[in-house]
Amino acid sequence: MRKLALSDEILLKIEKPARYIGNEINSVMKDKEKVAIRFAMCFPDVYEIGESHLGMKILYELFNRREDTWCERVYSPWTDLDRIMRKEHIPLFALESQDPIREFDFLGITIQYEMCYTNILQVLDLSGIPLFSKDRTEEDPIVIGGGPCAVNPEPLADFFDLFYIGEGETVYDELLDAYKENKKKNGTRKDFLEMAAEIEGIYVPQFYDVTYHEDGTLKSFEPNNPHAKRTIKKQVVMDLSTVPYPTKPIVPFIKVTQDRVVLEIQRGCIRGCRFCQAGMIYRPTREKDLETLKQYAYEMLKSTGHEEISLSSLSSSDYSQLKELVTFLIEEFKGKGINISLPSLRIDSFSLDVMGKVQDIKKSSLTFAPEAGSQRMRNVINKGLTEEMILDGASKAFEGGWNKVKLYFMLGLPGETEEDMKEIPRLADRVARKYYEIPKDQRNGKCQITFSTSFFIPKPFTPFQWAEMYTQEDYIHRAYVVNQEMKEQLNRKSLKYNWHEADVTVLEGVFARGDRRTGKVLLEAYRLGCLYDSWSDEFDNEKWMQAFENTGVDLEFYTRRKRNLDELFPWDFIDVGVTKSFLKKEWERAMKGEVTPNCRERCSACGAMCYQGGVCFEGKN
Amino acid sequence: MKARIKFRKYGVMKFIGHLDVMRYFQKAMRRAEIPIAFTQGFSPHMIMSFANPLGVGLTSDGEYFDIELTEPIASREAVRRLNEVMAEGMEVISFVQIPEEKKATGMAIIEAADYLAIPKGEGGWITDAQIDAFLSQEEILVMKQTKKSEKEVNIRPWILEMKQQDDDVFLKVLAGSAVNLKPELVMGAFSGFCGSGQDAEKDFRYHRIENYARKDGTLVPLDALGTEIVL
Repeated sequence: MRKLALSDEILLKIEKPARYIGNEINSVMKDKEKVAIRFAMCFPDVYEIGESHLGMKILYELFNRREDTWCERVYSPWTDLDRIMRKEHIPLFALESQDPIREFDFLGITIQYEMCYTNILQVLDLSGIPLFSKDRTEEDPIVIGGGPCAVNPEPLADFFDLFYIGEGETVYDELLDAYKENKKKNGTRKDFLEMAAEIEGIYVPQFYDVTYHEDGTLKSFEPNNPHAKRTIKKQVVMDLSTVPYPTKPIVPFIKVTQDRVVLEIQRGCIRGCRFCQAGMIYRPTREKDLETLKQYAYEMLKSTGHEEISLSSLSSSDYSQLKELVTFLIEEFKGKGINISLPSLRIDSFSLDVMGKVQDIKKSSLTFAPEAGSQRMRNVINKGLTEEMILDGASKAFEGGWNKVKLYFMLGLPGETEEDMKEIPRLADRVARKYYEIPKDQRNGKCQITFSTSFFIPKPFTPFQWAEMYTQEDYIHRAYVVNQEMKEQLNRKSLKYNWHEADVTVLEGVFARGDRRTGKVLLEAYRLGCLYDSWSDEFDNEKWMQAFENTGVDLEFYTRRKRNLDELFPWDFIDVGVTKSFLKKEWERAMKGEVTPNCRERCSACGAMCYQGGVCFEGKN
Repeated sequence: MKARIKFRKYGVMKFIGHLDVMRYFQKAMRRAEIPIAFTQGFSPHMIMSFANPLGVGLTSDGEYFDIELTEPIASREAVRRLNEVMAEGMEVISFVQIPEEKKATGMAIIEAADYLAIPKGEGGWITDAQIDAFLSQEEILVMKQTKKSEKEVNIRPWILEMKQQDDDVFLKVLAGSAVNLKPELVMGAFSGFCGSGQDAEKDFRYHRIENYARKDGTLVPLDALGTEIVL
């Protein structure tokens, strides 16, 4: 039997010991003596979050298909175990073999959000791997980063040996083969990094030098090694239906956030909302074949025993065969006690009809994401949604029997006026009015309109990458304006308002568009004890402010500045397909409140066509 | 048709709590395609009830739960299919048909359970003579935690049997919905009685051997109340 890395005493003392024991159904066990490459795949957050992530499952499948490679999982130990491991000098281990991470060939870390950055340092630290790439020896694993935040890897540049930019299905085999080849000829760590730098999509930060202007902006970003490319091209899979998909995903013992079969139906989004990074960096939109998806649904429900299946995509309503797929799922599985969950659907007659079939209308709520309250602002962000569409959808939903509606908005968008803010509760009120238009005897009591605001954060590779952010006080003021205006509304008793924390927003903003110099703030914050910053109970803004002070890094340089159109950005060396000139044009159109049609209505020449497929070539064969 | 499933829980599975064991078996039923019945209503769930939940940290050779079937399945076939989809540390031992009456199922029928208390360090300090002396007391008073408070109870009548078995201590104690005596409580009292300074939680690990119901005045394992399904 496997020997666990932690003793019974420790496991019985900590919260949820099942986070650390592995052994789940469909986890992959191999003989470590018989593989050439040991890969530790990490999601730097707690087990229940990491184990819910589709990208982890895809890579786990991809690596373990190789006979010469054993990929295992590792997550951030929760704070209770973190303290014990430090005190008792227990090295961080992988779940499958329970072996220390330091013995592995690779440590791959998926980077999904900025507020997990201190957890990355925790994982390195607990593993006994030097935090700085430059301090690592031949004995240390190669530390590789990927995921959406890797499109601006610069704040983390000093801590990673290399970054994989884009989708994992394309060049990982090439990278692992290079590693084996280098090992065979007794090459050094540096030899391997030079080989890796030659592979498309791989970025080796130490092979680049950075200089700055006197005003602090970036002056130059130049390769210092002949193997390093000037531009790194984001990797994209063109045929989504034939790449490996995890049809036997791991079934955790404890309840995780996504405790269900996840069917990825497409990547990318045709909509082009100007605030949305995913909508730009996953271009072009590519669909999976319907028959493949049907097959996956069968296989995955059988191999996991899950009682729920969910569709995954940025905008499910845009999947061209949605009707066929949903009808199939309902007819095939509903009678077998399988729940069908349909997130990110636009509210129209079709979606209301299917949702009425798959959920209990009395208990469930419908979600709309208008993102902005005024039509002016919705045009600025290119959210192709009119007030008429929202109110019409709400009316239909109320007539269908729903009486709970959730509305999502953003505050702090570029050029936002007080009037724009006030339109948020007013729109919520107008939705409520639609409910009370229904004759009283046909209504089901009061309606409940919950509207939430999060604060907008400008992200790299979006048309809003030039935008300024506001101060924490200003954000709080904006939420206050919304709250006051809510109290003026006719149906205020049917409205409920929630808003997101402002201090975390400012920090996310720093690291989203940060450069290499922000790395030292991260390190200092970690040294001061920051960890699990995306968990509001753990987040400690005072320590972060202390870290900025101690390192002399000016926070407002990264947040408050409206960037010049000709400024060189730290992430400009990455080519995501969508061009900077397109983004610039979109930024200018935004300022004029001009709407840009979606990819299916008309091509706007964003640049993603260079990948030679997806929606760009639909109907053109 | 009702069926009773007996399983073992060992190795690292001892860290999986009762609620998660239930979730685990719900998913296992689907993987093994056992024809289990569901409740009616908008969110149907499997008809499944567990007897005498096992605490985290304990292993067992005799755990039980009852299910409702929509159609018969042969006992041997069901055991085989379930074991094909088990994680290491879970093993299905039997699958038998049980009577239809309501009172034949669940916690209510449990009367007693066998445990082993296994010393983690040197076990040689325990002797039969000490156990005899311990049991010959008229009262064994211990503080028992209830939901609201703590009260002193006499656990002597609840200990049906206690003896040395190699280096371990074998215990047969009352269990079920009326009285449920935890082996830790007995070993705590025993260590106190011997003045050994042992801690019931830290110095022993516990293993459940069997759960019993009463049939015609004698204690029988729960699956002895059922019959093999042969198609």
